[in-house]
Amino acid sequence: MFMPAILYIVALVGVPFVMAFVYSVSDAKVGSVHYHFVGLKNFIDILHNPTFIRSLENSFLFTISSQILVLIGSTILALALRDAFPGRRFLRFLILLPWVAPVSIGSLGWKWILDSLYSVITWVLVRMHLVNQFDAPMWLGEPKLAMMSVILVHTWHMMPFATVILLAGLTAIPSEIPEAAAVDGAGFFRTLFQITIPMMLPIINVAVLFGAIFTFTDMTVIYILTRGGPYDTTQVIPSEAFFTGILGSDLAEGAAISIFLVPVLVIAAYLALRSAHRAEVT
Amino acid sequence: MARRRQRKVVLNVAMWCVRIVFGALLAFPFYWMLITTFKRNTDLNNLKNNPFIFNEPPTLDHLRLLFHETMFGRWVLNTAFAGLIVVIITLVLAVPAAYALARLTGNWGAQLGIGVFLTYLVPPTLLFIPLSKVVAMLGLQDTLWSVIVVYPTFTLPFSIWLLMGFFKSIPKDLDDAAMVDGLTRWGAFVKLMIPMSVSGILTVVIFAFTLVTQEFVYALTFISSAANQTVGVGVPTYLVRGDVYYWGSLMAACLITSVPIGILYNTFLDRFIEGFTGGAVK
Repeated sequence: MFMPAILYIVALVGVPFVMAFVYSVSDAKVGSVHYHFVGLKNFIDILHNPTFIRSLENSFLFTISSQILVLIGSTILALALRDAFPGRRFLRFLILLPWVAPVSIGSLGWKWILDSLYSVITWVLVRMHLVNQFDAPMWLGEPKLAMMSVILVHTWHMMPFATVILLAGLTAIPSEIPEAAAVDGAGFFRTLFQITIPMMLPIINVAVLFGAIFTFTDMTVIYILTRGGPYDTTQVIPSEAFFTGILGSDLAEGAAISIFLVPVLVIAAYLALRSAHRAEVT
Repeated sequence: MARRRQRKVVLNVAMWCVRIVFGALLAFPFYWMLITTFKRNTDLNNLKNNPFIFNEPPTLDHLRLLFHETMFGRWVLNTAFAGLIVVIITLVLAVPAAYALARLTGNWGAQLGIGVFLTYLVPPTLLFIPLSKVVAMLGLQDTLWSVIVVYPTFTLPFSIWLLMGFFKSIPKDLDDAAMVDGLTRWGAFVKLMIPMSVSGILTVVIFAFTLVTQEFVYALTFISSAANQTVGVGVPTYLVRGDVYYWGSLMAACLITSVPIGILYNTFLDRFIEGFTGGAVK
């Protein structure tokens, strides 16, 4: 009874997965049926390409910094959402919107908020006399600002996901334990850092690892906001693979670029499984 | 005692600050979509105006433009159609598979289940290059059917994983009893298990559908003509004419797309999170 589903997955995930490796050592192009084995040529080429090296660095910068921000933000937010308060359901809905709304659509909202001329952020900063209207920051047009913008927008998108996972972990802690600590005289922060957070560690691992996988392999926010620009300074591995392999028609080189996702994926998946398993056992 | 009460008040105030600040930051883009949708262009384009409020009376022009002069309606229908077919494929394949895996004796079922779940983590940005060849071989390039065939690659693993948990919670004795009473394994599955897991199946329906509406990379890769596009790609790529952004209509499209999907998803979110955290919170 499970064979049809397994076959479907093998045919459209397993086979393409292997094909990605086959293409990466070939000279396949869009629209051509012939291709030859070229060994590691594609890998040597991309490792000599400064844009690729940049995208590799950016991928790590993008993933690590957004996940740190997500972790801090979602922990604080989960704590604030733990206890019942009036309007909790509505607030939860508002907070979840960035995750549940289609990410391309949410990013488009940010593209308008970060517009070079009509940005509302710039408007506020001008009113506060922090920036000059005629020398306003180009949020998506200057390399450093653009990188910062895509990281923050991605953080905005991922934070709700981590928050609800942490919230699930938080509500699973028996309330007697922090209460007992409070009776013994432990303050809020002491209880937090010595009891609550250690007890939540397995679930925090799960949230961070899944978040890291989704972030490292995503290109939607970057595609919508900057298309990897200005001058490829916000390019990441997935977007670089897309521009090379699909738009540039060089399937082989695109496949070779996307292969660089695999090691990180394997490590993160292994750690995620291990921490989920450990959480179940103890 | 007084100090402890004072501390509690401070904590409470801090919690509310966190709730309000995070709620405002996370929901802000959606407020921005809302206000932009109904603003006149002259209001939007006047830098002297306070952008947070209506400086001129609201208008329905952007909505009119969106529905009468763009393919937005078409994209919504395309997405709904794709979602419907993907949901059917997912149910037909995932429900029996999940039941069979949940009932497999020994460690086998669990191992296979984890294997299936791991395929959910293989990202579109690794598979899109080989899959674009597969789609071309099937003769589906630039049709809506290309994404309909490919989307079950991510709806299936998650649905199987979710439903496995569901079937496991139904005691095995029940199907054994049914089979003693003369039903075949298939009969027990159809007459007993499916009716008992309606809520699980409904969850899968909602998730498969929302995952389809949120997908971006595959639709961007496989579909190149505007008329066949889904809403998630159509709005950010084809609603922009040349360099001109019609922000009012764009934000109207964003708002109309994200809020219903958000509400739908939000209703079933807890189950989705259970799928990720697995046993980790129990």
